[in-house]
Amino acid sequence: MSVTRFRFPYVEMPEVASQLRGEVREFLAEERANGGFVPMADCWASGMSAEFSRKLGQRGWLGMTWDKQYGGHGRTFLERYVVTEEMLAAGAPVMAHWIADRQSGPQIIKNAQPHVRDHIIPRIVAGECFCAIGMSEPNTGSDLASVATKAEKVDGGWKVNGTKLWSTGAHGGDYMITLLRTSPVDTNARHEGLSQFIIDLKSPGVNVRGIADIGGQVHFNETQFEDVFVPDDYVLGEVGGGWKMVVGELALERSGPERFLSSFIVFQEAMKVLVNNPTDKTREVLGQVVAKIKTLRRMSLGIAGLLQEGASPEMEAALVKDMSTNFERELLEKIRSVLPQHALVSLDSLTANLLREGILRVPSSTLRGGTNEVLKGMIARQLGMR
Amino acid sequence: MTETDNIIFDTASRIFEDLSTPEVVNAAEEGEWPQALWQAIEESGLTLTWIPEANGGVGASMLDGFAVIKAAGGAALPIPLAETLMAGWLLAKGGLEVGTEPMTVAILDPETSGLSWDGTALSGTALSVPHARNAKRLVTVVDTGNKSQVLEFALTQSENTQLSISSHVNLAGEPWDTVTFDKAVPTRFADLEDGTDASSAEALGALVRCVQSAGAMSAALELTIQYSMERVQFGRPIAKFQALQHSVAAFAGQVAAINAAADSAAEAVAFGDVIDHAAWIEVATAKTRLEEAVNTGAAVAHQVHGAMGFTYEHRLHHLTRRLWSWRDEYGSDAVWSIRLGEEVLQWGAEGLWPSITAVSDPR
Ligand SMILES: Cc1cc2nc3c(=O)[nH]c(=O)nc-3n(C[C@H](O)[C@H](O)[C@H](O)COP(=O)(O)OP(=O)(O)OC[C@H]3O[C@@H](n4cnc5c(N)ncnc54)[C@H](O)[C@@H]3O)c2cc1C
Repeated sequence: MSVTRFRFPYVEMPEVASQLRGEVREFLAEERANGGFVPMADCWASGMSAEFSRKLGQRGWLGMTWDKQYGGHGRTFLERYVVTEEMLAAGAPVMAHWIADRQSGPQIIKNAQPHVRDHIIPRIVAGECFCAIGMSEPNTGSDLASVATKAEKVDGGWKVNGTKLWSTGAHGGDYMITLLRTSPVDTNARHEGLSQFIIDLKSPGVNVRGIADIGGQVHFNETQFEDVFVPDDYVLGEVGGGWKMVVGELALERSGPERFLSSFIVFQEAMKVLVNNPTDKTREVLGQVVAKIKTLRRMSLGIAGLLQEGASPEMEAALVKDMSTNFERELLEKIRSVLPQHALVSLDSLTANLLREGILRVPSSTLRGGTNEVLKGMIARQLGMR
Repeated sequence: MTETDNIIFDTASRIFEDLSTPEVVNAAEEGEWPQALWQAIEESGLTLTWIPEANGGVGASMLDGFAVIKAAGGAALPIPLAETLMAGWLLAKGGLEVGTEPMTVAILDPETSGLSWDGTALSGTALSVPHARNAKRLVTVVDTGNKSQVLEFALTQSENTQLSISSHVNLAGEPWDTVTFDKAVPTRFADLEDGTDASSAEALGALVRCVQSAGAMSAALELTIQYSMERVQFGRPIAKFQALQHSVAAFAGQVAAINAAADSAAEAVAFGDVIDHAAWIEVATAKTRLEEAVNTGAAVAHQVHGAMGFTYEHRLHHLTRRLWSWRDEYGSDAVWSIRLGEEVLQWGAEGLWPSITAVSDPR
């Protein structure tokens, strides 16, 4: 029997990453002080600022791990980890570029035609080009293989018809990486006949309609495609090879620190209140949540270490996402329980706003990127039970 | 832990699996000292893992010792191997020679301990001293004014009449005895180095329980997965039922988490071979994190095993009963979370994030 089935190796930041952390902290402190941003909860899914994203691009903090020959910065996964966790902890408005930097960019580098890649990647790195994900549909949620939005072969390209749903950031995005059915469903091989396309959201026939969430905010959308023409060279990889690509992409989507740091800024602001007249109940809550954050960070950093080694830690990523997203809810519940009651009502204070935003965003954390039930099913499969 | 640790872990696990069979563990609970097991382990050199060569040890790394302790937890080892390692580490921190006989430690919460040391003799009562009736020596730590000292007592009656042992057991049926000191004179004592004091000794105890628990949790998960694939109901292995799959997946998460937390603390202590403030924070994290892991893990393990796992005959209880004991020893979640919470208050809003990331900074 091995130590455990799971590997979360110790990761020590190299000197260069440590130095980078200092630079990022300095930048964030300056931006916050001069009104460049007001911190927000769930900032990677609700804080869209093209201007802020451009500033990060100018600093060299987007496309960090991508090869220099494609326009990336050729830096390590650990350096990227430092930048992303610092942004999240500060509640900075990183939503505009988040999806492109996390998953669409790597997908395009790996699978797009060279001239398409060269057209898109340098702009993502500059913070001037943003992406959305088109997987879910009205009748397709957890059962992703059931997508019905179609691409039909036409002269020189494809004609797309159907509706994608919940597409985060499509209203401010340039491209959608879209999973489409390119041949009819074979009930014995449901994962076949799916392909990924890069769709220019400015194409004629694309209609993006915002959908308000429970807090009344519009961060995700319904995206309709009506006879949208997509040129042949905007197919990603092989026609029919979409499923494998999507699975790899979801592993990237699941493994990052955004899964347990979305509400950290709420905690940090609340600390300003909690340090006054703390009770033992407050201490207990603080001890418990910090013990969990430190443990999740250790695991999440271990995954970054494994990615750097070239491993694909899908099991570990699913485990950490399941626990992290549950923790996000628990964090807000616990912190709320030791705050004075008026903290939630006094609209003008930053703490109250953050707490309200946090509570109203948190039901999404155990849904997006694969529900916790789906993740547990994957874990059980890896344990040999399915 | 690192690759080398896995080799040590695997080697230790093999020795333990051969000699610490369910029958041996049960017999130990009946009061039979497993001499053959102890002797094999003593001869393998494992008891000296934490002792520098200068003090009679084998000069292995501290992480090697933690790997051995994790394996011992997974095997529900019914002997004071972890205590012998702790006692030896403390003696060596006092510059003293260390032998290979079984030892134990009386480490108490320094705030509430009733022990008093006048410079030559110790008085008071120590509760829950593991294996006091089986060990040959007892080691304790006292803080006196501006220094801390390690004291060693002989536990055999003929050598020491100012010390008495009464028999008690923990939830796992292990001999957790009460030791009463009546102006008891130690066989040896020395000043401690590296800032080691009663509080860091207690943290070492807490960490050892976390590492043992990480091993026991992993072993209980393996038993649970295996059983779920063997047991058939409604015409299929119970592993195929989604409700069980989801409970076991949650259990797996807790196993991964407590292993990560315990490893992180073990690495922090091993880094400088000392429990400094940074290492203490990692220990507080792991011990605070332990309770939920044990509560979830033991509950799921028993639920999946059905009535069979509720029998004395099945070995699952060797692990779960130990886990339920260890979560409370050297400070429960309630104690450690409040301590860690006080530390977090000291960090304040500004210091919160930098203090959390400090653990991965270059050392
Ligand atoms: C804020 C937010 C942003 C999002 N952004 C995007 C985006 O950018 N792009 C995109 O494509 N999608 C996006 N999504 C959609 C997301 O991926 C889906 O919500 C998710 O996959 C679940 O699908 P569903 O909501 O249709 O729920 P359903 O699949 O209908 O599930 C409903 C419930 O049933 C459970 N369930 C379903 N199947 C099973 C099963 N086999 N076993 C046990 N339980 C099951 C689920 O776990 C869940 O609890 C977003 C969602 C949210 C909330």
